[in-house]
Amino acid sequence: MALTPFCSPPPSLCSSFRSLRRGLFLPLLQAYPYTTSKGAVPMPETALMALRFEVLGRFNRARAAQLTLPHFVCQTPLFMPVGTQGTIKGLATNQLEDIGCQIILGNTYHLALRPTSELIDELGGLHKFMNWPRALLTDSGESSGWKANAPYTRGVYSNPSMCFTLAYFGYSCYINRIGADIIMALDDVVKTTITGPRIEEAMYRTLRWIDRCIAAHKRPYDQNLFGIVQGGLDPVLRDICVRGLVDRNLPGYAIGGLAGGEDKDSFWRVVAQCTAALPEDKPRYVMGVGYPLDIVVCSALGADMYDCVYPTRTARFGTALVPEGVLKLKNNAMAEDTRPIDSTCACMVCKNYSRAYIHSLVSKDAMGSQLLSYHNLYYMMQLSRNLHSSIVRGKFPEFVCNFLQKMFPKGDVPEWVCNAMEVAEIDISSCRARFRDD
Amino acid sequence: MKFVLKALGNGTARAGVLHLDSVAAAIDTPSLLLSTRKGLPLFTSPDLLSSFPSPDSRLLHVSPLHFLEGLSIKTISKIGGLHQLVGLHDCGFAAFPRDSIQCLPEATATNKTGASFETPCGRLLIKPAEYMEMISSMKPELWATLADEVPAWVSDKRNKTSVDRTIKWLDECIALSPVSGAIVGGSSLEERRRCAQEVATRNVSGYWIGGFGLAESMDERPALLNAVTEALPEEKPRLICGLGLPEEILQGVAAGVDLFESTYIYHLTLEGFALTFPLDGTQINALNLAPNVAGTDPRKINLRATAFRKDATPIVEGCSCYTCQNHTRAYINHLLNVHEMLAQILLEIHNTHHFLGFFGLIREAIKAGRFEEFRKDFVRSRYDHLVEDSSEPVLLAR
Repeated sequence: MALTPFCSPPPSLCSSFRSLRRGLFLPLLQAYPYTTSKGAVPMPETALMALRFEVLGRFNRARAAQLTLPHFVCQTPLFMPVGTQGTIKGLATNQLEDIGCQIILGNTYHLALRPTSELIDELGGLHKFMNWPRALLTDSGESSGWKANAPYTRGVYSNPSMCFTLAYFGYSCYINRIGADIIMALDDVVKTTITGPRIEEAMYRTLRWIDRCIAAHKRPYDQNLFGIVQGGLDPVLRDICVRGLVDRNLPGYAIGGLAGGEDKDSFWRVVAQCTAALPEDKPRYVMGVGYPLDIVVCSALGADMYDCVYPTRTARFGTALVPEGVLKLKNNAMAEDTRPIDSTCACMVCKNYSRAYIHSLVSKDAMGSQLLSYHNLYYMMQLSRNLHSSIVRGKFPEFVCNFLQKMFPKGDVPEWVCNAMEVAEIDISSCRARFRDD
Repeated sequence: MKFVLKALGNGTARAGVLHLDSVAAAIDTPSLLLSTRKGLPLFTSPDLLSSFPSPDSRLLHVSPLHFLEGLSIKTISKIGGLHQLVGLHDCGFAAFPRDSIQCLPEATATNKTGASFETPCGRLLIKPAEYMEMISSMKPELWATLADEVPAWVSDKRNKTSVDRTIKWLDECIALSPVSGAIVGGSSLEERRRCAQEVATRNVSGYWIGGFGLAESMDERPALLNAVTEALPEEKPRLICGLGLPEEILQGVAAGVDLFESTYIYHLTLEGFALTFPLDGTQINALNLAPNVAGTDPRKINLRATAFRKDATPIVEGCSCYTCQNHTRAYINHLLNVHEMLAQILLEIHNTHHFLGFFGLIREAIKAGRFEEFRKDFVRSRYDHLVEDSSEPVLLAR
């Protein structure tokens, strides 16, 4: 369903634009009255932080931690399902709790459009609006064209600083009103498949914008502003960006601009470089990841948080996530298969339904999408739990080997995974096919 | 399966109790059969089914035709039948081919070999022998024999043929018991009576009344229904298919039907409606109905309306369904606007809960001996607000 990108800017914005044109200083900061959410966890005295990050266990670069947010105490590594418009498609909030979701994503751009951030604020914030008692994270939605589509950026796009002022004026209000535990800074993202000076431009712009985000952020004791590292696939640019963000002493950091079509070999190297350079005592979030294999590799390299539409989206196309990889329920062979989707899975779907039954539902009935989404998210949450507990118990390498053996029973573990595991100092030789002597 | 009559209301409305092996508690009738698609509700996921009032929500209608698309009879048998297939062990299933939402009888294509239905996978012809195989693999608690249902406008000759055919198929199917004998007869009083009398002589454990909801008018229906029920023995349960609206259900109850399959919840849900009339026994009148757009049915609200954008109250204050306990009208309004599936899930839950409550009111009224009064009040409440507010010009909207 196409989103109409245009919505008329709030009246205050129009008058501000006019006063800008007259060269008057536009006050970005207004006293913004807010109330802390009911039942919020008391926050430490550290300025500009509304979270606590305690590492509970390590294995080389991998770490398992407890992340205390205003609305929920989380265990990392963790996966965050995406609920763009204030709902995870086809699942109710109590089911999400049953599955074990800890943090859910919402999208500032989409919610600002419908039902508008003012309405969400009036009704008590996004938590109350969707009745989600645990943690929320809002992304700016750069991939959906926040900056490209925001009406006040058209026409003045030649002057990016003007454009940002106008875009961000809206943005800060929106994210503060929506009220998520973690809010992502507005950054300038470019696809990793692009080359040339645009990447450098985007990286420096992201750094300039983080200062404005920090200045405009009205609720640092309630909401955590995460910076996003950009810089494409260029290690030099990434390094500059990381150092710039670390200097700002933010509550947490994200590695952005990946998961957009780049080759896996470049992907893991950027993650490895960033996790090595980002501070030890703050959470590290790799945006847009993703496939279970990618999550295991990134966790081995020292990342903590992940988000992706993949599990729920692929469910709607009839694909289930299993230890062996994926199971395509639409396949005709499934029509006679009376086994559960995954015999090792403890979810409601695997305990009650056969592949044959789900096959008869997928792509024809809403219930098929619901049941598969349920299973896929349960799988991702179980993966998160397993990562956390295996690191805490000192069994992380065993977990990784077991995971890779199930996914690559012939021992054909991809080269990039082997390289990444080498850097992460995890021995996966038992999973790899041995060279034959004959 | 056991059915016991408990009370007879004024007229032929009756209250009874149905005992099924798979359902722990006895089910009071008149009761609703929840619509399903391949055995599960259309939107309400199975883990949320337990939040519905029990045991009245434990009767589900299943159409064997749904499984023709993707699941072979062999596979269903291998899995062990319906209960195993859909993971609902404490529910009772009533199986009959017609599903008034998607599998509609196609009278022009039905012939002496089998009954034809328009389904999402095209037009299908089901023969009695095939049908029997489907039923034996599914193992429902209640099931109806194959019927040749015809709409109200067919010729008398076609109607007569449909009755003869249905009775013939009944005799072919009757080997497996317990079975509900199918009764048809279109819009002809004599044919209806004849069919009912014939079926009454067979050794069946109940009756499935077909052929309604196929273009007969509300006015001619009561006589046709009575023509059927008068010929049937009192002590066996009667199921009916095709009566959707609450007013039509009340017609069925008045004629002495016990179990109803209705598409009302489905249509309400798809269109964004939620039922709001009071269920606590207070008289439904203009004062306690939803303030609404003039001319529309005040017993329900349409959550797409912008009036609900900021409404932070539940659909019905005090309703114990999952939706009202957890979400607000504003949230559902937002979900409908952004076309999210959760809207239909939440609406189906509330509407099912509420409609089951409506059946509760019916049963209470029968037991208290005031069913006809209840029925009149309910039917009148649809238009009450128009009379009340006669000073303003009335827009007769839907």
